[in-house]
Amino acid sequence: MVDQPLLRVENLHRYFPVSHSIVRRLIGKQAKVVHAVDDVSFNLRIGEILALVGESGSGKTTVGMNILGLQVPTKGKVLFNGIDVAYWSQGRIGDSDCIDRNGLGMLSSRKQVLLLRRRAQMIFQDPYGSLDPRQRVFDIVAEPLDIHGLSLSESDREDRVREGLELCGLAPADHFWDRYPDGLSGGQRQRVVIAGALVLEPELLVADEPVSMLDVSIRAELLSLLLEIRNKRDIAILYTTHDLATAGYFSDRMAVMYLGRIVELGPTRQVLSCPRHPYTKALVSVSPAPNPRRQRGRVILSGEIPNPIDLPTGCRFHPRCPVARDDCRNTDPGFVQVTAEHQAACLFVQ
Amino acid sequence: MTMLEVKNLSVSYLTDEQVQLNAVEDVSFRLEPGHSLGIVGESGCGKTTVILALMRLLPEAGRIVDGQVILQDRDLFRLSEAEMRKVRWGEIAMVFQGAMNSLNPVRTVECQIVEALLKHKQVGTKRQARKRTAELLGMVGIAPERGKQYPHQYSGGMRQRAIIAMALSCNPKVLIADEPTTALDVMIQAQITQLLKKLQQELNLTLILVTHDLGVVAELSDDVLVMYGGKVAEYATSDAIYNAAKHPYTRRLLKAFPDIDNLDADLVHIPGVPPRLDDLPIGCRFSPRCHLCRDDCKRSQPRLVEFEESHYIACHMFSRK
Repeated sequence: MVDQPLLRVENLHRYFPVSHSIVRRLIGKQAKVVHAVDDVSFNLRIGEILALVGESGSGKTTVGMNILGLQVPTKGKVLFNGIDVAYWSQGRIGDSDCIDRNGLGMLSSRKQVLLLRRRAQMIFQDPYGSLDPRQRVFDIVAEPLDIHGLSLSESDREDRVREGLELCGLAPADHFWDRYPDGLSGGQRQRVVIAGALVLEPELLVADEPVSMLDVSIRAELLSLLLEIRNKRDIAILYTTHDLATAGYFSDRMAVMYLGRIVELGPTRQVLSCPRHPYTKALVSVSPAPNPRRQRGRVILSGEIPNPIDLPTGCRFHPRCPVARDDCRNTDPGFVQVTAEHQAACLFVQ
Repeated sequence: MTMLEVKNLSVSYLTDEQVQLNAVEDVSFRLEPGHSLGIVGESGCGKTTVILALMRLLPEAGRIVDGQVILQDRDLFRLSEAEMRKVRWGEIAMVFQGAMNSLNPVRTVECQIVEALLKHKQVGTKRQARKRTAELLGMVGIAPERGKQYPHQYSGGMRQRAIIAMALSCNPKVLIADEPTTALDVMIQAQITQLLKKLQQELNLTLILVTHDLGVVAELSDDVLVMYGGKVAEYATSDAIYNAAKHPYTRRLLKAFPDIDNLDADLVHIPGVPPRLDDLPIGCRFSPRCHLCRDDCKRSQPRLVEFEESHYIACHMFSRK
């Protein structure tokens, strides 16, 4: 059991049906689906930071939603501590072995959801939208404790909120906790959001673009904060972003997604210093460098991610791939092992 | 001849309590035709206020306290409102921050560009306007037949292209873009940057880029103006800013920017937040956050001095020499 990863995503598929006119339904046209996530697998170890990188529409947010049980996978599963999240969140029967072992079968489904939430928390992109403007900072951070019935006494509650806020750099805590969100800067708001996620002492944090709405100078600050928290608490973090540079600083491993699939997965430094998939290569080449003397040979892909309803045949990247050959039109490439830890899904990985 | 020159611009806002807040103080810069300037700094340091004042589009509470804006040979602050209206869009066009989200959702993109063309009397007839629209869309890389579509059928990148096409519709000499790539994906950012570069060269546009993204500025700008707390901290060529920055603020700003080619360098953030306008420090605006701050920094404000040829710095460390 020691080697068991904290989180295991196995062949995760998530399709969304496209709404269909009644006429089309009557003439028996097959309903179309959006292939938001299409066969994604990866592991996340205890205390590890994995960056899920991709453009809008690549499916990275959907992966996060499925991990947290906010959506049920169409196919495949997400195992958190060996237990199927879909079972946890929806009260659906999962792997019966696991349920008996953990005694979860006895609990009502609401209790099960709470158990999952306590261990897996999330941070969203917009700190201006995710805080209730009419709640004081103290109440925002204490609310999860109340929901989970964890605040035994008033002083206990205060201690926990204090610890959470100060861990997130809002010290001294009593200086901040009577304020309302509109009295805080963007960076401070996001710290409150993080504090709220951390009071429950989760094992997993899903951070969906947590810094992309903030100023560059604050981004660095918040990422260092998350790193520090990881080192102190051994929390695993799934960091979703489209920014390769911050992912490079911050993550241990990196998974690059394109159109619902992972196309490259490996240790962050390795992926960035020698990317093997042409899509990763292009992304690395266009990442802005803060220096006019160092403008790389940029590979700017034309167009945008195709729509995920009618997927391209063969390799889904071939219509935009600068090095596509005939084979790419017909063959859907599987993962090729580059090194023990590094894999890429391209026919021409050498 | 210089295309655009801003001289000693100061702008203040009046609060509801009739208190005057100095948002921009003594900002100057000049642009030669076809050149580009990047204005950088954190949120709230006055970047957008400079631009709005220059276009005379300040909100009601805003006042231009002092300064001149000279477009070729005219002082824009002395023009009548009717004349100024011709300058806006006709000579100086602007791509506002988040403009791509303000396209009219119930009218086609073509229809919206045609409207602008007719209003500004660029063309006589609707037919000519449609022809010109097709040209403009082609110029920004949108297939002209997609003009018949509505904004919701466009992706974010395409909406931004459409907005740029609209800004170019009256053949402006100066294009101002406020955060043109923020909120776009990396690949789309690269496409838009490439497009702006191409247009700048083809149309010999004078370009002002307002952004906090130092990567975009590095790629597009000849000169960089670093603002802090409403004042100019450093003003130099882009090469000097990125490779020989002097002002502690500029240096720290650069260090806070993750560099994918140099991941081992520490990412150092600047502690604290920019000053509030109603609580500006007496001395150097950056002094409360500056790691090199000394006594005189807290007492008096540094003047902007020319440290080397066309490299201006406002910092006591350099004005002493």
